[in-house]
Amino acid sequence: MLPGLVGAALLGLPLVLGGAIGLAVGASLIALVGRIKVLSSEIAVSVVITSLFGAGVLLGLAPTTPAGLGGILFGDLLAVGFGDIALAAGYAAIVLAILFVLHEGLLATGFDRLNAKALGRSPAPLDLVLALLLAGATLVAVQALGNLLVVAMLIGPAASARLLTRRIGPMMLTAVAIAWVASLVGLYASYHAELAAGAAVTCALVLAFVVALLTRRLRDLLASDSRRRGRGEQSRGLRLRSRRA
Amino acid sequence: MHDRVLSGEPLVRSNRLAARYPGASVPAISSITFAVEAGQRVALLGPNGGGKSTLFRAITGELAPSSGELELGVGHPALVPQSERSRLDYPVSALDVALMGSVSRLPWWRRPSRADRALARESLRRVGLEDETNTTFGELSGGQRQRVLVARALVQDSPLLLLDEPFAGIDAPSAELLAALFDQLAAEGRGLLMATHDIEQARSWDLVLCCNRVQIAFGDPAQVLTREVIERTYGSSLVPLPGDESLAITPPHHHDHFEADR
Repeated sequence: MLPGLVGAALLGLPLVLGGAIGLAVGASLIALVGRIKVLSSEIAVSVVITSLFGAGVLLGLAPTTPAGLGGILFGDLLAVGFGDIALAAGYAAIVLAILFVLHEGLLATGFDRLNAKALGRSPAPLDLVLALLLAGATLVAVQALGNLLVVAMLIGPAASARLLTRRIGPMMLTAVAIAWVASLVGLYASYHAELAAGAAVTCALVLAFVVALLTRRLRDLLASDSRRRGRGEQSRGLRLRSRRA
Repeated sequence: MHDRVLSGEPLVRSNRLAARYPGASVPAISSITFAVEAGQRVALLGPNGGGKSTLFRAITGELAPSSGELELGVGHPALVPQSERSRLDYPVSALDVALMGSVSRLPWWRRPSRADRALARESLRRVGLEDETNTTFGELSGGQRQRVLVARALVQDSPLLLLDEPFAGIDAPSAELLAALFDQLAAEGRGLLMATHDIEQARSWDLVLCCNRVQIAFGDPAQVLTREVIERTYGSSLVPLPGDESLAITPPHHHDHFEADR
């Protein structure tokens, strides 16, 4: 995506257009490299992303590039206008509607990919829809958050929510709540401590993840502790009974 | 028995079916000729790698036949996969998993209805898990997980059930419950095709299909399951039990989980 954004900046085209082209090229490259049998898909993804990112930085550092690589990488959260918010809201509504309709199919494919076809759902089209939705979200958010921070916003809340919840529905709600709170906390922190807004939000997201991780650890510890105590009582009960016998 | 013979179109029928995985030079299964009719319980015997799962993949349509014919009756067959292969870290309840079965009956834009939810609860009740509907799938025992997957197949409400070693590595109460349930499902007029390693269990079913990459035999277990057929089916994985005329089969690797499950 970065080379697309920088390319658009170089040519004076709208950033959204450049980003879209960059995303399409990146996605097709990932799909193509993923077809090489000896490489795992994770490697394919990281190779493509890092090479494209490098290409983007290279373009961005060219002397003819207008200043603003920093803006493309980190975005400008405080420059978000009403139009951007309306666009994001509209896109969120579309994503919600699509996820609502496809919920069971996505759930079934994620749960049991190997046998999804036996349930009458092929994973490939669902993968494509999910990838397109993700690409769209990246595109909408990139101008506010920048190419780097958008990744934190997409992954951070979901990863934190996954640690705290046991069902997909609550996980989605929790993720949205974490994103909201982290954004608010980050913005206030950036105002009072005079930090860069995007960086402060990202720090808040990382903090949320650490808190979620600690909460989960604590909960697991307590659960295993009470289970051990329960088992202890049970075996004591058995012993009592056997003594009585 | 008579009306079964006369019950018309089989739920699945194959004629010299062969199937090959993409890129493989030899077919994983070939010369498979069999049929499952409504109300019939058919056991599928064969060693690991003998093509049992491949045959299921061909029937569910994941693998196209490379030669021969495969005809399916009405409805999409319901597959009950081996529970050991399912993901345990996935945030779904037993009810969520059972409800996934409704997906196969619905077009992609339709959500499960209230009736589908009721059927999912009813199916969990039939497999004896009405108290575990809201338990996370990964927290259930191995036998309970297998029962949830059977409930999912019940929600699919298919006339043909494909059971991939449903008794492998499960506890005794789960095994008893499933055995009774399978008999009930056959009595309801569903066809069952079950991959298994248990020759004794196969003897109690209506028909048996022996398969070791090629079909060895198909028919009434009383006639088909001779020592010669069993030897040809299991090949080198057979070991004679000392002091016993009957044969023993070296346990397949995934039976190792049996002890841990109890």
